[in-house]
Amino acid sequence: MSIWEYANPVKFLRLSERVLPALWVISFACLAIGLIWGFFFTPDDFRQGSTVKIIYLHVPSALMAINAWFMMLVASLIWLIRRHHVSALAAKAAAPVGIAMTLIALITGAVWGQPMWGTWWVWDPRLTSFLILFLFYIGYVALWSAVDDPDSAADLTSMLCIVGSVFAVLSRYAVNFWNQGLHQGASLSLDKETNVANVFYHPLLFSIAGFVCLFLALVLYRTGTEIRRRRMRALMAREVRHA
Amino acid sequence: MRALLLRDLILAIRAGGGFGLGLAFFLIVVVLVPFSVGPAPELLSRIAAGALWLGALLACLLSLDRILALDWEDGTLDLLATSPLPLEAALAIKALAHWLTTALPLVVAAPLFGVLLNLPAPGFFWLTVSLLVGTPALSIIGAFGAALTVGLKRGGLLLSLLVVPLYVPTLIFGAEVARRGAEGLDATGPLAMLGGITAGTIALMPFASAAVLRMALK
Amino acid sequence: MPDLGKYAAEVLSAYGATCVVLCVLVAATLWQGRKVRAELAQVEKNQDGKGAQDG
Repeated sequence: MSIWEYANPVKFLRLSERVLPALWVISFACLAIGLIWGFFFTPDDFRQGSTVKIIYLHVPSALMAINAWFMMLVASLIWLIRRHHVSALAAKAAAPVGIAMTLIALITGAVWGQPMWGTWWVWDPRLTSFLILFLFYIGYVALWSAVDDPDSAADLTSMLCIVGSVFAVLSRYAVNFWNQGLHQGASLSLDKETNVANVFYHPLLFSIAGFVCLFLALVLYRTGTEIRRRRMRALMAREVRHA
Repeated sequence: MRALLLRDLILAIRAGGGFGLGLAFFLIVVVLVPFSVGPAPELLSRIAAGALWLGALLACLLSLDRILALDWEDGTLDLLATSPLPLEAALAIKALAHWLTTALPLVVAAPLFGVLLNLPAPGFFWLTVSLLVGTPALSIIGAFGAALTVGLKRGGLLLSLLVVPLYVPTLIFGAEVARRGAEGLDATGPLAMLGGITAGTIALMPFASAAVLRMALK
Repeated sequence: MPDLGKYAAEVLSAYGATCVVLCVLVAATLWQGRKVRAELAQVEKNQDGKGAQDG
């Protein structure tokens, strides 16, 4: 039994049918717990007031925006090396989810920045990097939809994802160099000293778990959709040939 | 290889588009800058370096699809792919031809256009140096974008969309060199980074571009 | 409803916007999934009707 078993679309579909209901329930439960706890039962921060509650949306979505791209990178590599179609389709399925997460991170960040920094937007390194990530996502999705042949679309987008990852990291450093920012350091780290306070920390963990499960559920479901779409295409092509 | 370079150069000159269009577009962007931000000389001299870099980048972007599109249409690309010359080398040569015909005129013209935008005196040297060091990266990254979109019907706009995010680091460091130079600050730090990016892209991007082109031609 | 103080508008709009984006994403995902499932079932039925070997 190895993980490559699930490169078989039928097995993948069977597994995802089994896992998906649980995943949906877990993700909504975690989101509900984290967000309700965070929204109703945490105190205001002494400096940020009630805007600290935005953290339960901003941090998990920003985390998932980056992890979604990373997942696409891994899936692209698997496609290029082992030629498993499910992998390529999973990368395709993850991109719109990543766009949504990036969008949420940008919106909640802007809404938080307005009262705290006195401006919706600053060209701070972190903000700028996220905007660049957003552009990468859009280019990736546009390339998928522009190429007709599914296999070469998978090839080309995989290469774009890999090269894009290198340039995304480069941009991150370039942007850092270009402008020292207002943004605080990472909210989560293993170093207890710099971490956010415990009252905010526990609901945040639930919220992050909820976002992670939601991402997994969405990607599994969308990958299933893509597999069925591919199969339909193949069937219709055969029908045309028989006719 | 020299034959391929010569062929690309001659084609670009005969067809006329290469030199003229990119340069004219660059001039138009430079002329539009004062119209959009106002003619105040001190404001213009502050943004001149960045505006010139942006103009050069856009002019470069405009001509990227010509790197491969014509050769794709008449089948030259298939011949190149099957020729003994490695595809990596062929693409590097084509990027070089693009740089010679499109980017080099921009580098030469940039100081002249700098006069229009009131670029401070020390800026001329640094602007030219930064463009000279940075534009090869633009051409070679552009060749990757051209390879990604070769043969696509609506390739032009998509090409820009794909390539622009890849241009971000080059633009940041290039414009930083020119800006610091214009303000009389030490510009060697960003210049070294810019050189690093250019060297890295020249060394690695032809392999990525060739891989992509093989996939596209399959 | 907790007292959000003077930042009520910001907090609520952040939650609202996130909810809208997530709902659109989930709805689009489910809608596409349903549509493709139905179309695939249709195509498979047609092929079986014509006696394709392994449709």
